Amino acid sequence: MKFIEINDELDLGGEDHDILESVMDGEEVHDSPREKVKTEKEYYKNYVRSSQWGRKLIRTENKGFTVFYTAVAVVSCVALIGVLLFTISFLPRYGVENPESTKVVKRYVESGLQETGAVNIISGIILDYRAFDTLGESHVLFTALLCVTVLLMRDKKNMRTQYEDFYTIRDEKYHELYRESIMRMVAGILLPCLLLYGAYVLLNGQISPGGGFSGGAVLGSGMMICAAAYGFKTSDRIITKRASNLIAFFALGFYSFAKGYVFFTGANGIENHIPKGTPGAILSGGLILPLDIAVGLVVACTMFGFYSLFRRGSIGGE
Amino acid sequence: MDFIRNFPMFSVVLSLFSGVLCTMLRGKAAKIYTIIYECALVAMVSSVLWYTADAGKSFTYVLGEFPAPWGNELRAGTLEASLALVFTVVMLCAVLAGQHYVQEDMDESKINIYYAIVNLMTAALMAMTWTNDIFSGYVFLEILTLTSCGVLIVREIGRTTLAAVRYMILNLVGSGLFLLGVVLLYDITGNLLMVPMRAEIATLYQDPGAKTVLIMATGILTIGLSIKSGLFPFHYWMPDTYGWATPTSAALLSSLVSKSYIFLLIKIYWRVIGIDIFTDMPIRNILFVLGLCGMIFGSVSAIRAENINRMVAFSSAAQIGYIYMGIGLGGTAGYTAAVFHIMAHAVTKSQLFLTTPRLADVSGDSLRFKNLQGCALADPNAGLFFLLPSLSMIGIPIFAGFSSKLFFAMAAADRGGIKLILVMLALAASSLLNAMYFIRTLIRIYTPAQRAAAKVRHGLDYNIPMIVLTMGNLAMGLFSWVFAQLIGQGLGMFM
Repeated sequence: MKFIEINDELDLGGEDHDILESVMDGEEVHDSPREKVKTEKEYYKNYVRSSQWGRKLIRTENKGFTVFYTAVAVVSCVALIGVLLFTISFLPRYGVENPESTKVVKRYVESGLQETGAVNIISGIILDYRAFDTLGESHVLFTALLCVTVLLMRDKKNMRTQYEDFYTIRDEKYHELYRESIMRMVAGILLPCLLLYGAYVLLNGQISPGGGFSGGAVLGSGMMICAAAYGFKTSDRIITKRASNLIAFFALGFYSFAKGYVFFTGANGIENHIPKGTPGAILSGGLILPLDIAVGLVVACTMFGFYSLFRRGSIGGE
Repeated sequence: MDFIRNFPMFSVVLSLFSGVLCTMLRGKAAKIYTIIYECALVAMVSSVLWYTADAGKSFTYVLGEFPAPWGNELRAGTLEASLALVFTVVMLCAVLAGQHYVQEDMDESKINIYYAIVNLMTAALMAMTWTNDIFSGYVFLEILTLTSCGVLIVREIGRTTLAAVRYMILNLVGSGLFLLGVVLLYDITGNLLMVPMRAEIATLYQDPGAKTVLIMATGILTIGLSIKSGLFPFHYWMPDTYGWATPTSAALLSSLVSKSYIFLLIKIYWRVIGIDIFTDMPIRNILFVLGLCGMIFGSVSAIRAENINRMVAFSSAAQIGYIYMGIGLGGTAGYTAAVFHIMAHAVTKSQLFLTTPRLADVSGDSLRFKNLQGCALADPNAGLFFLLPSLSMIGIPIFAGFSSKLFFAMAAADRGGIKLILVMLALAASSLLNAMYFIRTLIRIYTPAQRAAAKVRHGLDYNIPMIVLTMGNLAMGLFSWVFAQLIGQGLGMFM
């Protein structure tokens, strides 16, 4: 079997200079590796087709009732839509035909403010009444980050190809060369506003609409824009893998222990010594503000982690 | 209030924290921490079991300051506690016995992440077992879905990635349907906690419009969770998922994750819908028929498999069929048999999945039957620990598998009529098919091979968990009435 030799032609170590030049000249050099990947793929495809086991495989795949599967998929989706529409026609008009079912909501609306100390009732519900669900929900994000890390983080088994490295290096060079790009100009204006707005939404979760999840998302997108406009070298100075791990550890650890304490005192009938504060002030709502900050930090780190892992297979500098 | 009552909450919150902590530790430290933590968890859960069995009644645990219809709640009875005990023991054994392969299958830098994911999975399993709130059930079901894909893709070979993608898509369809069901139920009852929901549903069921919505919601919930647990027409993700994962993950996925979905379903039937209303619905009979089909078709696929792991995985599909057959039979006897089978199968199947890679190791790293000849002679320990659970799966007396088949037959005899005949026929056919493929495998692995291989011995890290699981298997076989009594008592507390 003959492999196409690529290693000799593209020596990344020594040809940094050429990459730089090609970027500066705007030549179409960058397409040549892509073409090579294409030829290589075509070669393997033909190799599979020409061998006996390959033909066997293709035959089994064709026998796999592609038409049948499509038909079943369409029919079952249409059936599900039909069933749901049919069911919806039987639902009572909310709150009018089934007054019993609004009992729980009424209590939230009427006494949410005194009981949780939060003007924003939604924050009161998710972080106080139904805190256990939100405890799980904030760990859902963390779990997702761990799964993506497992899948995309570079290691000995999960190497990236040379071409991806080629593009990563080229991207980094681009950021060094073009200090006056549109992206950078806009980011310079946008970034402070985004970070400030994110912090505002995060800190005012108990007073106005917002809170940990939405504030964290704004902060996270700010970090992404920073990395996209200024390159990962700049963003690595702010957030490294170690820092991201530490933030997640302290935020979620604090969350678990704070809520564990509230659950414990609540269930055992012990007073929990957490002041509710004056409703409407920034330091109000008991644990809602610190928990919002914890959730927000985790969300921001998770979003930036996703972006960074998808772009280059690692989070921050080592 | 007794301090033991806090243990269900601790088991969830501490597991979540352990997951986060493991990301900060190095691989080896994370492993040792996980093992120590699981031991502590076993102790906690068994004290809850002792407490509830001693008191003879269940207790609810208010999470926070707000009681029943407003805040979240956990609930512990003998049924939950005994299932949680089986889950944690199997978890501990799987982590112990598979550590060698975890080291081998994944990169040094990701071992701590693996144990972090395992700890988060423990948290989700515990929360889904204890929860008294249908939406908490959904939140932790999401964590379980993600972690079960995580433990699968950690072994970075193409097959696990492919299997994980398929598993993830099916799982997300299941989660989506479950969420739809929950939303429909919330819309008509206005509650998310199980006790007030059931009170609302009991009155709503008299109204013909609401009755239709209830039946549809229950049906959608059931389809969602049966996709996730792998009931008959949805069981084709099993062989790839279980067959290529690292052994610890295969054991966790087959014996804990799919079982916890079924337990959540049983909990919803008893505590949300109310068992009398559910018995009145036609869904039960559909589950019964699909369960029977699963028993037969799963076994037939297992016979046709060329690879020992795929065979064991397809046999899981058959065993899931047994459990749904028990649910379909209904009545306390049927549910007791189903829950007993959940426990028996958790203990047996984890042992099989932890043993097959050892057999493959002495036969040139191949799981194919034709290469496995004589491997049990080269590795007598692994051979023995494959033999014992196989006998249990076939249904030889003194093992757990026999007792659960007996319970199914007794539940069917209670019911009588056409279901009795069908269950008896299916049990006979399925046992015969089980015997066919397991005895064939046993003969294959005990036939001396041409080449004389050096005997392999294993350290305590493999032998001790296997002995624990075998003891569990024998205990369930010999003292099955103790377990049946606990389960029956627990189901009584569900009312």
